[in-house]
Amino acid sequence: MAQRTPRMSNLHITRRIKYQNELDLGFGKVMTSIPGAEDLLRCIQCGTCSSTCPLSIYMDHTPRKIIAMTRAGFKDEVLSSATIWLCASCYSCTVDCPKKIKITDVMYALKRKAIEEKVWPRGLPIPVLAKEFFASVLRTGRANEGRTVAKVWLKTRPLKLLANMGLGLRLMARGRMSMKSERMTGSVDQLRKILDSVHNSDTGHSPG
Amino acid sequence: MKYLYYPGCSLKGSGRSYEESLLASFKKLGVEMHELPDWNCCGATAYMAVDEMKAFALAARNLALAERYGDGEPVTLVAPCNACYLALMKVQKYMAEYDEVGRTISDALASADLSYRGGVRVRQSLDVLLNDVGLDLLAEKINHPLGQWKVACYYGCQAVRPFAPFDDEYNPMSMDHLMRSIGAEPVDWPLKARCCGGTLTGTIPTVGLRLSYIILREAIDRGANVVATACPLCQFNLECYQSQMGREYGEDLDMPIVYYSQLLGQALGIDDRSLGLQRHFVPLTAAAAVG
Amino acid sequence: MIMHRKSPEDQPRIGVYVCHCGVNIAAKVDVEHVRDFAASLPGVVVSRDYKFACSDPGQELIQKDIREHDLNRIVVASCSPQLHERTFRRTCADAGLSPFFFQMANIREHVSWVTVDPGAATTKARALVAAAVRRVARAEALALRQVPVRPEVLVVGGGIAGIHSALTLANAGKKVFLVEREPTIGGHMAQLDKTFPTMDCSACILTPKMSDVKNHPNITMWTYSEVDEVSGFTGNFKVKVRRKARYIKEELCVGCGDCVDACVMKKEKVQVPDEFNVGLSKRKAVYMPFPQATPACMVIDPKQCLQLMKGKCAQTCVDACERAAVDFDQTDEIVEIDVGAIVMATGFRPFDAKRIPEYGYGRFDHVYTTLEVERLVNASGPTGGEVVLRDGTVPKTVGVIHCVGSRDRRHNAYCSKVCCMAALKMAHLVKERTGAEVFDFYVDMRTPSKGYEEFYDQVLSEGVQFIRGRVAEVTDWAMTPEEEGKLVIRVEDTLIGVARRVPVDMVILAVGLEPQVDTAEMQRRFNISCSQEGFFLERHPKLAPVSTFTDGIFLAGACQGPKDIPEVVAQAGAAAAEALALVDRGHVDIEPNTAWIEEEACSGCKTCIPLCPFNAITRDEEKAIAVVNDAMCKGCGTCVAACPSGAAQQNMFTDEQIYEEIEGVLAYV
Ligand code: SF4
Ligand code: SF4
Repeated sequence: MAQRTPRMSNLHITRRIKYQNELDLGFGKVMTSIPGAEDLLRCIQCGTCSSTCPLSIYMDHTPRKIIAMTRAGFKDEVLSSATIWLCASCYSCTVDCPKKIKITDVMYALKRKAIEEKVWPRGLPIPVLAKEFFASVLRTGRANEGRTVAKVWLKTRPLKLLANMGLGLRLMARGRMSMKSERMTGSVDQLRKILDSVHNSDTGHSPG
Repeated sequence: MKYLYYPGCSLKGSGRSYEESLLASFKKLGVEMHELPDWNCCGATAYMAVDEMKAFALAARNLALAERYGDGEPVTLVAPCNACYLALMKVQKYMAEYDEVGRTISDALASADLSYRGGVRVRQSLDVLLNDVGLDLLAEKINHPLGQWKVACYYGCQAVRPFAPFDDEYNPMSMDHLMRSIGAEPVDWPLKARCCGGTLTGTIPTVGLRLSYIILREAIDRGANVVATACPLCQFNLECYQSQMGREYGEDLDMPIVYYSQLLGQALGIDDRSLGLQRHFVPLTAAAAVG
Repeated sequence: MIMHRKSPEDQPRIGVYVCHCGVNIAAKVDVEHVRDFAASLPGVVVSRDYKFACSDPGQELIQKDIREHDLNRIVVASCSPQLHERTFRRTCADAGLSPFFFQMANIREHVSWVTVDPGAATTKARALVAAAVRRVARAEALALRQVPVRPEVLVVGGGIAGIHSALTLANAGKKVFLVEREPTIGGHMAQLDKTFPTMDCSACILTPKMSDVKNHPNITMWTYSEVDEVSGFTGNFKVKVRRKARYIKEELCVGCGDCVDACVMKKEKVQVPDEFNVGLSKRKAVYMPFPQATPACMVIDPKQCLQLMKGKCAQTCVDACERAAVDFDQTDEIVEIDVGAIVMATGFRPFDAKRIPEYGYGRFDHVYTTLEVERLVNASGPTGGEVVLRDGTVPKTVGVIHCVGSRDRRHNAYCSKVCCMAALKMAHLVKERTGAEVFDFYVDMRTPSKGYEEFYDQVLSEGVQFIRGRVAEVTDWAMTPEEEGKLVIRVEDTLIGVARRVPVDMVILAVGLEPQVDTAEMQRRFNISCSQEGFFLERHPKLAPVSTFTDGIFLAGACQGPKDIPEVVAQAGAAAAEALALVDRGHVDIEPNTAWIEEEACSGCKTCIPLCPFNAITRDEEKAIAVVNDAMCKGCGTCVAACPSGAAQQNMFTDEQIYEEIEGVLAYV
């Protein structure tokens, strides 16, 4: 939406306008069909969520703005924003919102949409972490923190893996981390069956 | 008193000492904890961001197993990890509140010959300690009061948000009461339930570390010599990234970060090894001298 | 009395009119289908659908049919009888048909507005029409009863609403009883310092009216009194008023205050928070709420007075009073009055700011509510009008927070309407008195009334800093050295899109307005309704805003919903005028729905006699049967339901009529 005009010394002048045809006007409505996001359209833009959010100071758009943009159909901006990935699911906004909007659930829904549409910021390990976590659970029924994290780093930032080797080893030495998988006591098949039969989640398909 | 116990993945991994100390303490208090057989991952935070329904299905399977275990009797499932606690509570609520969730999950469970009718009460272990065991019984059983500790009780997010059935969401007190009952002194501080940054410490470290550091710094400023947590992720962040925070913010940090159950265990006279204290990076003894 | 041309013994010849109500009904109910269905019902001679049955041409159509088709029963399927039963009854009467041969089927409120599926709506409309047709066939010719109306009016509540209603009625020559539960009249307005937007002194404009009330020959003012019981009906209410023991003889006390000086509770420690100053000062057990209290009479608080609680005290007050007005033997007194109309003016209560723990009210000394600050800035308040904090300092920075408890689905979903202006007033007053830097945190600025936007404009130009955002938290947790020792307001400046932390010395919470705590109890006692949020419900939000669903009871002021003073006064005048219209007419027409006893069926068992709440049933000893006194029967139906032999019957609700109606519903669904 921002187009940069030629640069004049230190003065950055940008032309900013949003044309109606660039919007996805149904986006807000689509989001309200997701459990937890149903009250989205009731937002009065009071900003309580943004000020209570411990992460909003790092966000490119405050949670309030995300709600406004979602409702107004700024789909691309919303899904590619850092905001949704900075949300730590602390639920502060959800308990403080005077309109009882479950903002944390909205953030989750937007993360899922972004993964589904493959539009997360490049280099961001969170979606990869989520998927690896998913894969681990599918394999053994339980999450293995060490393995999952190691894999994510390997896939996104191999150097990071090296940097954190030390921490990993110290954890292993204290019996707090293992590369061996924890497994369910019974067969994982039953769990897979359950997961397989869940189809109509809002993202429509399972990633992997 | 008899409960069904849901450990969750962390309590078998990085949070092992939470499980060790909690089970040891409950045993000493005469409370029976039976691990839910064949439990699976609760589907918490990360999973929720990939496929919500599948996350719900994961959590719901555990509830279904618990209900079947109860065999018609009311069941209480104790989930000490905040993330598990919330994931289990949330699916319970959403199945009842949203037809679509209720239907989809019931169908999914049915495909594996399971069902869930809402008969399980999910509770945090702090809730059980305070409201079932009770401060009176605790007072009776405490034989090693821990007067040397000034504790910053750190509840984290999901024990009290968004659902707060057993404590206040803005100023929770149950751990404070517990700490007082074992002779320690809880410090009054405003960040009891502020976010530690969750997984951001690993994924976006500049942000995550800062959030954890704010908690730690405030605990120090308020005169605490130990931080007690109720969540394996909070514990991990505050402890395992402590040296990194120290480097980042140019400070010498050596604050022991323990589980409330470890302090409780000590006060009950349980030895440090059984409480898993040797698994921690900052030894609990270090700060005692300071305090 | 109305003359009936048609004799009720005629075979029923029924006309049915299915109203479209524009699209209100027709968009959901297949009106043509219902019309044709009605035409097929036994006794129906004419069946029509019509765009607006209530319009003049609609009514004329009905009248024409009555004449041309010799109709003797009319059914209109349209809206609620609350709205148009009267209209159509008159239509019938004007055409020479007894109005009681008219029956209404509500296919709007009960059908089209509340049904999603058009098919289901049409089915239900058919059933209701069928029920009405079968019922009206059994209708009987009855006549309205006329009952005289008492000229006195009761006004409940002595705030500005009650005061204004009472004065209006009294000036029109009516006898008024004004009942106020506090020791003085004046209500919340007496606590205010200035009134927006003109900033006239609240006491200066209120106290003259208070003394008018006290001195008006037509007003009986009972303070420290409560309504215990209400019975009767419009025009003839019987009311029991409890005059609570004041332990001071009102007729003797001149309010000199000698007793207060003498009271043994000298140490502040043992004194109690002064209600009038919202707890910012202390008072003794004997007190007068404020210097201009009306009546200027002391009261002894039985929950504080040592003599009354423990029976042990030096009773220095008794010795101090030269007029011997102190009387520890007083007891509550119940007075019974008869009135023709009642005006409810019971007011509101401010939202309890403790319910939003994030704002720290009650936890931080320097967080105040607007009402508290009204007392702080008031010259006769606890600080003599100086804005000083609880630690004695004068604030240099002040934050005013809007929407506290309002527009919040966790508390009150509604907008309290007055708080934006109250907050602006506070911002202005505090800035004027202290020169402090004032920040005003608002969500949406609502100033829609005469002179209000101009006031906002003035406050803006005075340099108050406005930040658009709802405050998330007031905290004492400092993140920078400048924040140490301050209260920090955390907010998103939504117009700029950035989170801000604003350190201040004082926080003022613009708390919303809530229904009185005992509204539910009042609702039962007066038999009126409440809206969802708990305020008394008006009969119609637009066209009957001061009436209730109980004839003869009217609403004035904030008990009906949040209002500012100009609006309260306007509404109080309107309520008085409605009450006046009722009592001045001298009589009311009431439905002939009285009970009667079928002599042959009555076994004389006397079951009904003690049950009748109006003592309308006696026993004819000679015939050994019960007899209903028509003039005393209020048509409550208690005896009809209780009679074991089915001898008690009620006009307009005979067993036959009700069974026909039920069968009508069931036969066609
Ligand atoms: S707190 Fe709720 S109403 Fe306010 S801006 Fe955030 S989502 Fe909207
Ligand atoms: S749940 Fe997410 S958006 Fe909401 S306050 Fe916490 S971090 Fe911010």
